[in-house]
Amino acid sequence: MPKKDEKKKFTTVSIPSPLFKKVEERIKGTGFTSVSSYVAYVLREIIAEEEEEEEPFSEEDKERVKERLRALGYID
Amino acid sequence: MPNPHGGKLVNRVLKGQERIAAIENAEDLEKIEVTDAIASDIENLAKGVFSPLEGFMNSEELESVLHLMRLPSDLAWTIPILINAPKSKTAQLSNGDKLALYFKGELLAQMHLEEAYDFDNDELAKHTFGTLDSTHPGVAMVKKLEGIFLGGKVDLINEPKETFDQYKLEPLETRVLFEEKGWKTVVGFQTRNPPHLGHEYVQKTALAFVDGVFINPVIGKKKRGDFKDNVILEAYNALMKSYYLKESVVMSILPFEMRYAGPREAIFHAIVRKNFGCTHFIIGRDHAGVGNFYGPYDAQKIFSDFPDLGISPLFFKSFFFCKRCNAVTNEKACPHNEREHVNFSGTKIRKMLSEGEVPPKELMRPEVAEVIFSHPNPFV
Repeated sequence: MPKKDEKKKFTTVSIPSPLFKKVEERIKGTGFTSVSSYVAYVLREIIAEEEEEEEPFSEEDKERVKERLRALGYID
Repeated sequence: MPNPHGGKLVNRVLKGQERIAAIENAEDLEKIEVTDAIASDIENLAKGVFSPLEGFMNSEELESVLHLMRLPSDLAWTIPILINAPKSKTAQLSNGDKLALYFKGELLAQMHLEEAYDFDNDELAKHTFGTLDSTHPGVAMVKKLEGIFLGGKVDLINEPKETFDQYKLEPLETRVLFEEKGWKTVVGFQTRNPPHLGHEYVQKTALAFVDGVFINPVIGKKKRGDFKDNVILEAYNALMKSYYLKESVVMSILPFEMRYAGPREAIFHAIVRKNFGCTHFIIGRDHAGVGNFYGPYDAQKIFSDFPDLGISPLFFKSFFFCKRCNAVTNEKACPHNEREHVNFSGTKIRKMLSEGEVPPKELMRPEVAEVIFSHPNPFV
């Protein structure tokens, strides 16, 4: 088992000091406890939005599945 | 339709020659008999319900989930998915070996062992449930775990035999079904009870904003006093038949053992429904909670930590029947005094039913009550 201080894996990124101060002001009174947690939140939100749509099934899969759905009465 | 969690729907169900070879090879492998709960987890892993997980967590994944509520890839994940085995069973094994997993004496799956590791049960319980109180059913379950945890991918070889197969759809199937129905937006509803009017109003309120509702009862081991699985399914069938538009509702089961981990489990439930193809997920009061271990709306608050979940939670306050409004309503809409309110207390309704009293129609549809009363003992 890793030691306590190895459990949280973080690294450092640099942002301009004025931006850091603006963020510091912005998160006052919010649930964010640090500029880092706010920046991580925003980045995760942006990355999630940019995820590409991916078709999870082929036409062949689809026909096979439709047959079962019909048999179970889910579709006509 | 949202992407599966992590971008790809996992499929580790063996078919054809691969399956035949796995059956033949299983004879020579170390055999482990698994519980009902682990058998459900194996099926869910193999069929993509738990995408992107392909197997049971290794120690790095477990640490990350417990401490960060994320997988090492930074993807949101809040509930440990674990298998344990007696140390004697794994003493001779090396990482990379295969294991044969049996359920009720039948070959179920094979596992590719990546790691066998010890873990502190108290630490596991404390982080997962936020308490070490043994009256919490999840804590009690974790404290009883013995042996060693095994991490590694699983391949499903044989489907577990289940009573409710006609109600069981896997994520690929629900995704095709939603597409066939022309649903662009789908709200998932998790339940482990027959429906009362509060449930119905929550679902129908959500339906005002989306194309369809996916009712997804959890089937599996429950607490004493919970409703039996067949009662829940029959009760929902009765409700859907009489009070829902066929084109707006779908029900299928989720074989899964509730952990009662409150907020963490709410996130997990949302991820699972995202994999089924839901765009939205209903989170009510004390979702996946038990007793007074979590605040009534903790399971809603936690969503603010996950902007990247890829499924939108729909938060609801408790609905109640207001005698003055003469309607089912909630605290955001009703101006009347609490004395006028009749709450949809599950405990109260269960007590009425167990004493043979028919709940008033303001609490439960007569058709639903009738189904429940048709069972001599509807409770676990």
